[in-house]
Amino acid sequence: MSEQVSSGQNMAVFLKGLWEENPIFVIVLGMCPTMAVTNTAINSLAMGMSTLVVLLGSSTLVSLFRKVIPDQVRITTYIVIIATFVTVIDFLLAALVPDVHKELGAFIPLIVVNCLILGRAEAFAARNPVGLSFLDALGMGLGFTLALLSIGIIREVLGSGSLFTISLFGKGFEPWVIMVLPPGGFLTLGFLMLGVNRLKKKKA
Amino acid sequence: MGNLFWIFFSTLLVNNFTLSYFLGLCPFLGVSSKLDTAMRLGAANIFVMLITSAMAWLLNTFVLEYVPYLRLISFIIVIASTVQFVEMAIKKLSPDLFRALGVFLPLITTNCAILGLALFQTSKEYGFWEGMAYALGGGGGVTLALVLMAGIREETKLMNIPKIMDGMAFNLIIAGILSMAFMGFAGLFSTH
Repeated sequence: MSEQVSSGQNMAVFLKGLWEENPIFVIVLGMCPTMAVTNTAINSLAMGMSTLVVLLGSSTLVSLFRKVIPDQVRITTYIVIIATFVTVIDFLLAALVPDVHKELGAFIPLIVVNCLILGRAEAFAARNPVGLSFLDALGMGLGFTLALLSIGIIREVLGSGSLFTISLFGKGFEPWVIMVLPPGGFLTLGFLMLGVNRLKKKKA
Repeated sequence: MGNLFWIFFSTLLVNNFTLSYFLGLCPFLGVSSKLDTAMRLGAANIFVMLITSAMAWLLNTFVLEYVPYLRLISFIIVIASTVQFVEMAIKKLSPDLFRALGVFLPLITTNCAILGLALFQTSKEYGFWEGMAYALGGGGGVTLALVLMAGIREETKLMNIPKIMDGMAFNLIIAGILSMAFMGFAGLFSTH
């Protein structure tokens, strides 16, 4: 395989996570953190980045050891690998940004059971070389972060009239409180998904 | 005793795991197309939650005091083995149910509701019986949400839904409205 073909393929692996196979809008994985922490843009960003780091670490490690891990215990092994990275991130966030860590609370440890990470380990990293797995994780992680951020921005702007805690509309704005409460999460994602479906249909 | 009831009902209705904490959304959106399956998955969930709660209490009381950084890993291993056990039991006792639940049975392992239960129980410092009430309320709440969702979806199956709305987008909007309805329970326990 020539150099050019392979770099084109790398690009494709990286890009598909961003739009074509976006983890949230298209394959619908990792819903729980998506809804629970996206009431402000900052929380969404923190959750997205943490997931990205865990995904990168676990995908690389799973791919490195893919020939050593016995088939029967592979899921358990993946989970232990993921849990290790999540523990590291948990302590890191607690030390670096205690405010955000407090706000996210139990949802940082819950990254362990984010189906996106286990799904990528099982479906991609276990079958592909390290470089490709890293790119796949990067694309998926960024796609996840972007989706989370877009939901977070919509909910924060409508629900508290601010963006990254900077007030946007001044005093005259009556906040749309339902958007930062649980139902707002479901509704925002539902309507965003409608938009994505519509765009996809137009293209096809 | 009153405290236990309070924990049970507030977890069941006010702080419903699925509709206000967003835990266990994958089965909520995935297995909720048939009422029957939803009910059985809910029952399996309650069972796994009860065992997990007991195990988490054991671990918290006797082991994790010395090695707190192993909490996450030990919880997840306990859950994975419990689920494996339940899977074997169901396969033996009711092959039909086993087939109906399909891939969602092993996926209970990665159901955030279970791990969430263990983690919340730890952070609230519940004792053994409080943990049991919490697990019953949490599992019951998940089952309630699943069954309601399945019921609504069965009703809407024959409706004429616009193409771009069919599927996940529609389910999410139903879930949003359900979640709004559950907010009505918020005033139920105003003193706490």
